[in-house]
This record gives sequence, C-alpha cells and structure tokens, in this order.
Amino acid sequence: MNEDRRRLLKQLGAVAGLSLGAGYVSLAPSGWPLSLKDPDGERGKPRGTSLRLPEKGFAVDPSGVLPHLGVARGANVDAMLKAAVDAIGGIHRFVKTGDVVLVKPNVAFERSAPLGATSNPEVVAALVRLCREAGAAEVRVADNPIESPAACFARSGVQRAAVDAGSEVYLPTASDFRMLETPGATHIARWPFFWRPFQGVTKVIGVAPVKDHNLCRASMTTKNWYGLLGGRRNQFHQDIHGIIADLALMLRPTFVVLDGTRVLWRSGPTGGSLSDVKEGRTLIASTDSLAADAFGWDELLERKGELLPAYFEKAAARGLGTPDWRSTNVREIQVG
Amino acid sequence: MSASPKSGSGLPLPSFRPSLAPNPDGSPWWARTFRITNVRVVSQLFFFALFVFLLSVTWLSRLKGYPASLFLEVDPLVSFATALSTHTVYRRLWWALFLLVPTLLLGRVFCNWACPYGTLHQFTGWLFNIRNNKNRIDQNRYRPLYQTKYVLLGLFLVLALCGALQIGLLDPICLLVRTFTVAIIPAVDLGLVSLAGQGLSAASNLVFKPAAPEPRVFAGAWFVGALLVGLVGANLLVPRFFCRVLCPLGAFLGVLSRWSLWRIDRDVTKCTDCDLCLKGCEGASDPQGALRKSECFVCFNCIDDCPEDALSFRFNPLPSISRLVKGSPKDGTATLHGLPVISKNLGVEVKAPDVPRRRWILTAALGVLAYPFLRYSKDVNRRGFHPKAIRPPGSVAESEFLERCIKCDQCLNVCPTNVLQPARLAVAGLEGLWTPVMDFSVGFCQLNCTLCSEVCPTGAIQKTSLEKKLGLGAFAEVGPVRLGTAFFDRGRCLPWAMETPCVVCEEVCPTTPKAIGTYDEVFTRWDGKSVTLNKPYMRPELCIGCGICQKECPVIDDAAVYVTAVGETRDGDRTLLLTGKKSA
Repeated sequence: MNEDRRRLLKQLGAVAGLSLGAGYVSLAPSGWPLSLKDPDGERGKPRGTSLRLPEKGFAVDPSGVLPHLGVARGANVDAMLKAAVDAIGGIHRFVKTGDVVLVKPNVAFERSAPLGATSNPEVVAALVRLCREAGAAEVRVADNPIESPAACFARSGVQRAAVDAGSEVYLPTASDFRMLETPGATHIARWPFFWRPFQGVTKVIGVAPVKDHNLCRASMTTKNWYGLLGGRRNQFHQDIHGIIADLALMLRPTFVVLDGTRVLWRSGPTGGSLSDVKEGRTLIASTDSLAADAFGWDELLERKGELLPAYFEKAAARGLGTPDWRSTNVREIQVG
Repeated sequence: MSASPKSGSGLPLPSFRPSLAPNPDGSPWWARTFRITNVRVVSQLFFFALFVFLLSVTWLSRLKGYPASLFLEVDPLVSFATALSTHTVYRRLWWALFLLVPTLLLGRVFCNWACPYGTLHQFTGWLFNIRNNKNRIDQNRYRPLYQTKYVLLGLFLVLALCGALQIGLLDPICLLVRTFTVAIIPAVDLGLVSLAGQGLSAASNLVFKPAAPEPRVFAGAWFVGALLVGLVGANLLVPRFFCRVLCPLGAFLGVLSRWSLWRIDRDVTKCTDCDLCLKGCEGASDPQGALRKSECFVCFNCIDDCPEDALSFRFNPLPSISRLVKGSPKDGTATLHGLPVISKNLGVEVKAPDVPRRRWILTAALGVLAYPFLRYSKDVNRRGFHPKAIRPPGSVAESEFLERCIKCDQCLNVCPTNVLQPARLAVAGLEGLWTPVMDFSVGFCQLNCTLCSEVCPTGAIQKTSLEKKLGLGAFAEVGPVRLGTAFFDRGRCLPWAMETPCVVCEEVCPTTPKAIGTYDEVFTRWDGKSVTLNKPYMRPELCIGCGICQKECPVIDDAAVYVTAVGETRDGDRTLLLTGKKSA
C-alpha cells in the first residue's frame, strides 16, 4: 500500500514537472531565462553578425610634401620596389615595428607567372621582405581566387615565393567569411568578406598586375580588392564600374604597388598566351590607387588619350583619389 | 575476439602487473601477448590507416609522389576483370601480383589481414557483439547462402567479358574508396571544420580536403551513405555479412585459394569436436570439420580458441586422412599413425567453393542476359548518349570507358573543384551508375589540372599530360581535349533578354583567344537609361567545354550558358563541326 502510494506520487510529480517545464519554456516572455517563446517566428531566424573595417581604412597620415606616385623602371625587382617605395616616403613611413601586414596580390587564375594574369611572385616576395625588414611582426598573403585557390597559388608561384620570403599564405575556405558593412557603398553595403586573414591586421598593401579586362577595360590596384570578397561575385558585372568604385570605398590601403613588370595587354583578365603579355619593367608604389591605375592605363597599357574607364570618375567623385596623375606629385626613377 | 585470453588452456588471465615468468606450459612470457592474432590486428590497423592515409593524400597539396590508388591497383579482381574487358593490363595494374602470390601461397590472407573494408566489418561486429559463445558458434557455421558471392563474381566476370565492367558495384576496395569519397570525407570534414570553428584549431590540420573553398557535395551521397550503414550494420544480423555473402573479391581470392599451399589443419587425434574453434571463425569456414579453404580468411582465431591445440596453420597438410586411419571412429578403435583418433569427423578439407556446376551455368547465363539489358538501355548506348554524361578530360570513348571504369571515384576524390560527380541512374543508367560525370553547376574543369587522369587506376581516364590536354607542343596538330560544347540560352541571358550588362562568362573563359565573343551595343533601356550591352556568343572552334562559364553564370539555378557533351573529342562520332575535325 505504502509502495503504491509512493509510486503514484512519483508519477504525478514527473507528469507535473514535465508539463510545467514545457509550459514555462514555451510561454515565458522572451526576456526570461530559458525562455524559447517565439510568437511571430522572428526570434528563430538566424542573426548574422557583421563587421566594419577601421573608419579611416589602413592609410597612414597624409604628407603634404611627399610624392603620391613613385615610379621605378629597371630590371631588378627588389631594387625597383625599394626605389618606388622610397619615392613616396620609404617603407618606414608605412610599416612600423610590430605591425601585422596583409599583402593582397591578385592570384585570381591558375596561370603561371609569365602569362601575366597574376601578380608577379618576385614582386610579392620583394614586398614581403621589405615589410619584414621594416619590422613587421607578421606578414600575411591572402586572396580569394576565381579558380581553385590552392592550385592558383601553387601554379602562379605566389605560394612558394610568399612563404620563402617569410609570410603566411591564407587560402579561403567557406568558414573564413563574415558579413562586412561598408557604409555608403552602392552595391556592397553588406557583403561577405574574407575575414580570417584580417584579424589583427594593422596595415594593408595591395599588389596588383596590370591587366586588360573584358568588361571594365582595365584591372589594376583598385579592382584587386575584388579578391577579398566572397558570396555571389558573379553579379558584380551587372554594374562593374559601380562595384569597383565601391571596392575603393571599402578598402583604403596603406599603399598599393602596381606591378608593371609584365603587362597583360589583351585577352584579359585571363590571358593564357605569351603573345598577350609584354614586358613592362616598371613598378609603381602609391598612396593613391586611382592615380597609380591611371598611370598604368596611360603608360603601361598604353591607352593614353582613350577615355578612362567609368569607375575612375565614380571613385574620384567620392574623394578616393586623383585619376589625373599628372596633376599629382610624381617621382620617376631609373634603377640600374 | 583475439583479445580474449586463451580459454581452457590453464593460463592465468593477463594481469596488469607485468610478469616475466614463463607460462605454465613452458613457453616464454611474451607468448602471452605476442600471439599471431594480435599481430593480425596490428596488420589490420596498419592497412586501414594506410588506406585512409592514401585517400587523404589524394589531393593537390598532398599528392607529391604517393601511389594514391595503391589499394585499387593491387586488387587482383580489378586487374583481372579489366583484362577480360579490355584485353590489356593498364599501367600499374600488374601490381595485383603482389596480392595474387600471397593468396596462392597462404589463401585469403588479404581478407582478414589487409582489406580495410573487412577490418571495418570485423571491428563493427566485435564492437556491438552481444552474443554468448553458444550463439556465436551457431552464427559462424557455414551456410549455403554464402555461395551468393561466387554467383555475383561469375555474373560480373561474364559481363566484363561482354564489355560491361560492373565489379566496382561491390568490389570492396572500389566500394570503400567511393564511400569515403562521396559520403565519409565530406561528413568528417564538416565535423572537423565546425570543431575548428569552436576554437579547436588542431582539428583543421586533420581535414581531408584542406583549403577546399566550399564544403564538397556529391550527387546521391545519401544513398552511398545509406548503403554503408546497411552493409556494415548487417554484421549485427550475420557476422561478416558482406565478406561472406556479397564480396566478389573475396570470391575471386576464394577460387584462387584452392591452390594455396598452407591451410588450417586439424589434428583428429587431439580434436574433441567441441566446436569452440567456431566461436571466432570470421569466414564461417568449418574449421571443426572439413575446412572450406575458399571460405577461410586465415584469421587464426580458431587456433587461438582451440583448447586442445588441435589446430595449426601448416604447409601442405594431408588432403585426406580417411585412408590412413585404421579401425573405426564409430566404436572408438580408430588410430592414426598409432595414435588414437578422438574426433568423430575425419574430413579435413574442401578445396573448391561450394557451388554446384549447374549454378555456375546459371551464373554465366545471367551474365549473358544482363549485358544487353544494361548496354541497350538508351542512356549508355551509342545511339542515345546523354547530353549531361560529360566525362573527365582524357577519358576514352564511352563504350571503352564502360569497359574500364570501376566506379571507385578516386577521380572525384582528387578533383579540386568538385565538378566530378557520381553519375545518377537518370544520366548513365545502371551500367554507368556512380561513374564520373561533370556537373558544371557544382564546379568546372580547371584548365591546368589533370589530376583525375593521374589517379585513375584503370585508364578509363588515360594519363594525360598538360600539353596533351591543352593541345600544345607535340599535340598542337591534334588540338586540345574538348569535353563538350557550351551553348547560350538567350532567353535567360541578362544582356540578351533583360537589358542588363553581365558577360561574366566571357571574363572567365580560359582559352586564348576567348571562345566567347560579344556583340557590343549601346542600348536605351526601358527606363530611358543608356547601357552598353555586351551580348555574348560562342565561337565553337575554340570552346573546350570546361564549363567555367556555366559555373560562374549569375543565373545560378539553370544557367544561361551551359555545356553538353556534343563536340567531345574522345569520340569521333560526337563532333559538332565539320571543320576542325580531328582524330582524337
């Protein structure tokens, strides 16, 4: 008798406990602890976190006297890069001891370096070494290519060059992207951004080849930031000039290097034949990527006199640079 | 299993305190743990680890010089069946000799010492074993059901002789490589990546596909996964179900092992017919009576379990003792070489598989019938080839492809862009099920990549140099390998149908000059805005069918530019253009 009663009480307790517990979590107002209440379905939706890059970008304080554009011509990549960077103030103006530097080459396609579709690995390596010598604590190299990332980095030679020069290469995987907010951007105000290599970064340097481009006419340092985005990039062509102007707004670099050692003057941006490439023997360092790109358009793609692609004007209208590079302070150096 | 102490022999249970004293029977101390069955477990672990390791190096950043397809290349059923279907032994398939020779000497040692799928089955059976000894002995008796594998083997070999290679459906190595590629590796990587995301960064070093830009997906992965669960789960009903009932490689090795020089031998002057040898018998090979050589996996559990030391693995034991026995075993007067015979059962071996001759004839008849059923299904027939059966670069013409492809899916495993997918029934029929096809909604064929041709063990995808794929150097005359041809669907194309600029397809087209050109037009849109529309068109002489245009097309659900197989260079009858027709 006693045992039956005990069992009945236990069962009643279990039933009451479970129903009260279930009732609490489903009916308690959403602020209460353990509440799961979701009357309109809003609470159950995924909530993505988004991030922003620093307000002023990664640029250093502007200088009133130093040239905006350093142009070095020659054959020795290390000497040319040093001369070009020296012309705009020297590497110590940009990279300080302890900086974490992100170098962004263009490794969009699986092409060997001589085909000119990717940044010259020698230039990437020279840039990494330069940052290392300036005291950078860490140099990272990252890009989100069109073709398979590992293969692009391997075949272009950027992987080996970057690692040998003392940097770490970041290849994109699906979990490396976060939503980036770029206030004021027309199309990419919120867009998935290759975030993992950016964690803790204090300086960003772009190094882009000079390439013909089927749609936007020319792909150089400004278009290069395309490789930091993920998501549905194949929609960008619907307003490519608007997108490039957005890219210029999204990422304001410490400085950029326009890699004119080779020029992919036709069949861009993929190329594929040595006949599409010509010798450029030029490296440009600049704090103004629009000026650098305009220089590349006139002098390297040799399209002087042709109307600049529309993205120059759109980006310039946002105060992001000076396409009229001749009006800026330019220093040209012949190396060796 | 083998970890259990030797029962009934008077040995003490192994203690945790190591003692170097000799055993009561005088054997040295290490004989307690250094038993042949423990050596076997180590061998199984080694080969399983090697198998997983080789799968993990089947990836651009890890491949180096490893023989990634080693297990497939030493599989004698693969080389024998492809020799039947192609009359050749491709590239490294002669490596099957490394397995053939030990089988001819020792029997089916592969099954219980090296086969990774066998190890998986045995491990599952051991882990979930809830049977008592009596039940285990009953479960390990031979059953006529175990003939099935020989019928399947015969069917597959007759089909191979006709030119339809189907061993890959059930060959354990093909099956396991496919299961890993399509179902296990994506699942493991998903788990490891999410662990790494939780802060356990060491997990990211273990992923199978490092730096894969997206998680890998495969058509019909659920089915391949369900088959794994079903076949491995069957061990709970019948121990080693797959190995005993279905495995065509086991059947093949079983047929060969009739000539093996070593086998388990039972000493009838010691055997008390207690049947304890059946407790752990993996192959259900009747060690308690006349040993079925073709069924024995050489696991040595019977030797371990025998309380009378009546069993041993011996070179060239007597094939029959009944003539040597004097007296009658029935009334207990029998003697052998002067020793009294204790066992009532005087049978010692059954050489050949237990398949009656009429069953072999049935098998052959089934094979001859099945061939036309398979091949004259429209999808794989010359007359009705499927537009989406786009084969990887270097593939031979379709009918030869079906003579060679073992559906192992190593090519899918190594493909960096995930474009290679296991063919579904709708695309390739039953004959081409799980063979590789390219799905350009998932990936694209990367221009400078020939990895699939590198790992293909049977030459369905022939080893192809980059020069050959791209039509450079010595191959300039022949031209590049074309996988198919791209077509525009102007009704879905943004510049053609929607007054919207686009031409991603032209940007990514990798040929030079580009196979996609544009008609450029300044156009006044419906809202009065002026836009430049670059309306794309194909230059079919230049298109190689790589599919990157389809992959990158922003009309993602049903792309406005898409590739079909017509124009592929592997088959002279499937060209598209009159001009530029070259012999492949």
